[in-house]
Amino acid sequence: MDLSRRDFVKLCGASAAGVGLSQLALPPIVQALEKAAAGNPPVVWIMGQGCTGCSVSILNTVHPTIAEVLLKIISMKFHETIMAASGELALEAQDKAAEEFAGKFYLVVEGSIPTGADGMYAQIGTMKGKTRTMLSEVLHLGTKAAAVLAVGTDAAYGGIPAAKPNPTGAKSVMAVFKEHGIKTPVINVPGCPPNPDWMVGTIAHVLLYGVPQLDGEGRPLLFYGTLIHDNCPYRGYFEYGVFAKQFNDDGCRYKLGCKGPETYADCWKRKWNNGVNWCVQNAICIGCVQPDFWDKYTPIYQSLG
Amino acid sequence: MATCFAPSGGKTAVPAAAAPAAAAGPTKIVVDPVTRIEGHLKVEVTVAGGKVVDARSTGGMFRGFEIILKGRDPRDASQVTQRICGVCPTGHCQASVLALDNAFGVTPPTNGRIIRNLILGANYVQSHILHFYHLAALDYVKGPETSPFIPRYDGPDFYRLSKEINDVAVGQYLKALDMRMKAQEALAIFGGRMPHVQGVMVGGTSEKPNADMIVDYVWRMKEIQQFVHETYVPTVYLVAGAYKDLLSVGTGCKNFLSTGVFPLDNEDKTHLLKRGVFTDGKDYPLDPMLIKEQVKHSWYEDSCTDKHPFDGCTIPKYPKATGYSFVKAPRYNGKPHEVGPLARMWITNLPVSDACKKFLGKPTNAEVRVRDLGPAALSVMGRHAVRAEECAVVVDKCIEWALQLKPGAESFKAAPVPDSAKGMGLNEAARGSVTHWIVVKNKKIDNYQVVSPTLWNAGPRDDKDVPGPLEQALIGTPVSDPQNPINVVRVIRAFDP
Repeated sequence: MDLSRRDFVKLCGASAAGVGLSQLALPPIVQALEKAAAGNPPVVWIMGQGCTGCSVSILNTVHPTIAEVLLKIISMKFHETIMAASGELALEAQDKAAEEFAGKFYLVVEGSIPTGADGMYAQIGTMKGKTRTMLSEVLHLGTKAAAVLAVGTDAAYGGIPAAKPNPTGAKSVMAVFKEHGIKTPVINVPGCPPNPDWMVGTIAHVLLYGVPQLDGEGRPLLFYGTLIHDNCPYRGYFEYGVFAKQFNDDGCRYKLGCKGPETYADCWKRKWNNGVNWCVQNAICIGCVQPDFWDKYTPIYQSLG
Repeated sequence: MATCFAPSGGKTAVPAAAAPAAAAGPTKIVVDPVTRIEGHLKVEVTVAGGKVVDARSTGGMFRGFEIILKGRDPRDASQVTQRICGVCPTGHCQASVLALDNAFGVTPPTNGRIIRNLILGANYVQSHILHFYHLAALDYVKGPETSPFIPRYDGPDFYRLSKEINDVAVGQYLKALDMRMKAQEALAIFGGRMPHVQGVMVGGTSEKPNADMIVDYVWRMKEIQQFVHETYVPTVYLVAGAYKDLLSVGTGCKNFLSTGVFPLDNEDKTHLLKRGVFTDGKDYPLDPMLIKEQVKHSWYEDSCTDKHPFDGCTIPKYPKATGYSFVKAPRYNGKPHEVGPLARMWITNLPVSDACKKFLGKPTNAEVRVRDLGPAALSVMGRHAVRAEECAVVVDKCIEWALQLKPGAESFKAAPVPDSAKGMGLNEAARGSVTHWIVVKNKKIDNYQVVSPTLWNAGPRDDKDVPGPLEQALIGTPVSDPQNPINVVRVIRAFDP
């Protein structure tokens, strides 16, 4: 019933070749992986009212790869979607990191924080019979962290859960911190989802040079400092009044509902998914890095003007 | 088979404590969070005599999408609802645009239908690879001895692969990261970006295809195709061979539902993976009007219970005496049904791979289909194997479909927002059936309900107190050590909840 030994050896060959290694080279590589992340800066990544899209997006980082991020740059002490442990064992790892590296670890928050129903709209763990909510964890870990990265528009500005009529009292990290007098620095890395480069780049900046220069919305100017419309390759069409009237048409996407004229991000030069495409080239910009975009910039397919 | 006994960060069981607990009566185990899934899930099981005798599945998050959608422009639904799930946004997007196409009375051109399939198909491939290697594999493979791979549940016989095979599996984990990323790139060629695509809307897709896009897509998918056929599929059977006991753990409710996915015609009548239900051992055509959502045990107003989604409502009520989840309990014809790759493949009953035939001890020229796996398909390892089989089918078809595109031809047909209309969108996300239901009044969304895979599979008990598919699958699961309930999380993850 099993695969034969020969099948297996073939399989080993195929996969080892895939990672660019000979079969013999594998054990040392695994040893190297085991040693790698031990001394790296500890990161705790928690998720509230999110869709995991920010986490999926960061997996798409190319330079460095996500394997390099996890094994050479940071030490991921807690991340629900990738960690081996579950339940109390997972929460103990989180508690241990927060205790052992108090004032030194970086907290990444994905998803918004519901404040309605005493926080029970985002129940994220149970420790010895006690429910932990996103609200309780953001307050607890937020005071202990060296700095907080609010990744994605939900964590940065409330995002989709906070869209009208905000049924759960969803809030951003900064709003919750302000309400509870927490002074830990917060860097917003918005986007629905954020480009992986914005997340990895911000982490790298913090580790190498400290907190980057931020704009009025708490975003790194390095990534969010330029207006899409001013740099758009379709700007010529706009100036000459050549507008796409429906999808499939050539021309500027303004009349299809493009929010590029009010959106600050470097998608126009960075593009997405290893540079294969970006929203305006493909369709329109929906303004996903902007505060309140789900209310301010909807209907989505309606022109700004 | 070599085994690894050294505890490495996992809680060490104290036999003296475990034994009297078993003797004294049932033990309750709470696993919260259940990690390596999308979203938040808590599972509470009662163990007696070394086996699970009762299980409750709790979805602890509520965002209120249905409430947020009300009053908005109907066209916005396909963008808003993608944010339900960042792993399967295209599944929601496709369900949403099918509902909108239906409500707007528009049929996308052939290129539009094919591009939608290519986008959804690339998402299936990335999702299945991610699920096996990055979500599930760490239940069988020891990762490197560093965070986030430690701590892990540990115990005798948990990790049965020899060091040699385990190391290869770690290599595959890394390779699979690259493969799933390439699948996202292929998807973004037509979708604009991923997660959360821009390129799909009511009426079709945004861009006319050209030769450059087609070649870029096919080139990437061919590389992934090789990985899926030569590495992913055989590896699943290799792991299954080491965990044969898990071919009879996690049976579930034995009913399946598939809405059909990857339309092969522009009217959405025929599908690569067929539409149908399998209830109490018999096949039936799907009647979408027999879907109802029940909320006796969900944190919603009781007035919302047992309604068809067209008439449905989602009004949170927390706390609630009988409630234990924010997930509703959808029922088809009053009964729980499992959705997902196993359901689709069981209903379609496609031929299996050579690796599967070998695993079953059959010659490669034998005619073997999914149902020939028998009861073993309805298990932890069966679900992993059938998911891999589906991935192989889909990646092959994506390449074939891409070559059917007509460069330069339309992929979009414009249609105005109707004053009032109803629309039904039946789709299958990678992890299972996702249906969207829209009611339009005065050109705005009057009601929008989403029935997602997590509801079908990981929902709570229904109005008659019948447990959901995952809850049923957990019953009978062997638990040797309540501190390290590895089989519980294995059963859960096999569903990709």
